[in-house]
Amino acid sequence: MGSLKIENIVKSFGQVDVLKGIDLEVKDGEFVIFVGPSGCGKSTLLRIIAGLEDATSGEILIDGKKVNNTPPAKRGIAMVFQTYALYPHLSVRDNMGLGLKQAGKPAEEIKERTKVASSMLSLDDYLERRPSELSGGQRQRVAIGRAIVREPKLFLFDEPLSNLDAALRVNTRLEIARLHRQLNATMIYVTHDQVEAMTLADKIVVLNKGKIEQVGSPMELYNAPQTVFVAGFIGSPQMNLIDAAKLGQSDAKTIGIRPEHIQVSPTSGEWKGSVIHVEHLGADTIIYLQTDFGPLTVRLFGEHQYEVDGILYATPDAGRTYRFDSEGQVLKS
Amino acid sequence: MAKTTTSPVRTGLVHLALLSYTLIALFPVFLTVINSFKDRASIFRDPLGLPTPSVFSLVGYETVLKQGDFMLYFQNSFIVTAVSIFFVLLFGAMAAFALSEYRFRGNTLMGLYLALGIMIPIRLGTVAILQGMVAAGLVNTLTALILVYTAQGLPLAVFILTEFMRTVSDDLKNAGRIDGLSEYSIFFRLVLPLIRPAMATVAVFTMIPIWNDLWFPLILAPSDATKTITLGSQVFIGQFVTNWNAVLAALTLAIVPVLVLYLIFSRQLIRGITAGAVK
Repeated sequence: MGSLKIENIVKSFGQVDVLKGIDLEVKDGEFVIFVGPSGCGKSTLLRIIAGLEDATSGEILIDGKKVNNTPPAKRGIAMVFQTYALYPHLSVRDNMGLGLKQAGKPAEEIKERTKVASSMLSLDDYLERRPSELSGGQRQRVAIGRAIVREPKLFLFDEPLSNLDAALRVNTRLEIARLHRQLNATMIYVTHDQVEAMTLADKIVVLNKGKIEQVGSPMELYNAPQTVFVAGFIGSPQMNLIDAAKLGQSDAKTIGIRPEHIQVSPTSGEWKGSVIHVEHLGADTIIYLQTDFGPLTVRLFGEHQYEVDGILYATPDAGRTYRFDSEGQVLKS
Repeated sequence: MAKTTTSPVRTGLVHLALLSYTLIALFPVFLTVINSFKDRASIFRDPLGLPTPSVFSLVGYETVLKQGDFMLYFQNSFIVTAVSIFFVLLFGAMAAFALSEYRFRGNTLMGLYLALGIMIPIRLGTVAILQGMVAAGLVNTLTALILVYTAQGLPLAVFILTEFMRTVSDDLKNAGRIDGLSEYSIFFRLVLPLIRPAMATVAVFTMIPIWNDLWFPLILAPSDATKTITLGSQVFIGQFVTNWNAVLAALTLAIVPVLVLYLIFSRQLIRGITAGAVK
């Protein structure tokens, strides 16, 4: 239980096509992440799966059953929102139990399931509190608890970590990963943060301008991006995308090389550049170079000392460059 | 403590302006109240004088209460105002919810149409309203007044509440939908409690013109059984002789209930504001 199939989903708001034909299959127990820049349609797609928006055309199947006309509450889904969306007038316990109560489940069962969820998320001490008496991280845990209690076929997360501060974000991320292993449930997760996508997903779906750019495991996307967009979006710092003409290569439009796949030397190398800025992150040192063909970012592991305005020579690792044609598609070498 | 840069002169001027406005606004009320406690001669001799023991008199209140019907007039005013506010808030909020929550063809146009009443005074339609009430057999009933006042209050209510409802988080409503709440439950249980401050504002703006209105009670419900307090006070104003003691006493009494209602709503208003601030 818990598979999802999307067939040729199109969504238009008036003249604007937000989603331009999305096909996707999610297997039972998979953790799938939709990632993309703002406005790429990832949240809209999630809301269509949830049933909060109607698709203009196309079909949604949950467990092989068409659910286009099924209301959200009957789809067997649960959703966690970016803004937590807890009911302000209800206690934590009632927030978690409301869905089951509406579904007409007996009070005993509601109590039992709430207890399981609250102990899973260490919320036992807060059950009688109102959402306004909780911190941001606790609120988000309650929101996740509310989803768990429903025992859904499909968990939907809409940027659940965006409102949390950095430290809490990492903790909650681990929590979600743990829950996924523990519950073995199918989860669909929307984020614009590629770190979240890389760390959590079994499968990442990269969306851009209402279309799927590429679907694959995190390492597939990192090692074998199919398009210039995916190459630039996955990986931090961003991949260097260099105009091929400036490098004297005529068979490709763009050359891509990740900052971590470049070596530098003060004496000799393929490309000469002057240092604009150096960032020391402890584990990494990031060097920004200005070269004849434009800016170049280099990421070195460990600590390195280079002076601003100094001259450095950069050399790309063999076999680690990507070539893209004028359509943005990768060229096989 | 942070030191603000406002100069004492500027603060003084602002306070001066606000204080003089307050004085101007409260002066007629003050005059009404003090003169209602004086005897007739001193009202005319020294209208600005305070009711000292030598001129103190409750004759106005005695006249008003002896008239007997005044309790009924109060009750009429109260029923009309309370029921009208209830309907204005209920229907206004419902319309606002539809306008702010659902996308449908003609949404903006419908919103403009509903807000049109803010700009067009309802009294322009008095003749047509009277004809309608006569045809419906509602003349001299409180129902007639309630219907007119509900219509009068709705445009502003829809306008204000629509704007407020747009600020209610979509996620919250969607969470309710996923938990299986009906649209009615979402409206009554999630949205209404969150826009309570706005409802209080609308209630105050709706209540005061209704309570003070003389026009529609005079035209639609002038019978003795349906008189409102404002209309009832007019019996003491004659063409040749006016019983000023009684008029002033009646008006002073008329202030009390509306003041109480105002205090109730304004506390809601303040509570709403502070609840948002410490969130």
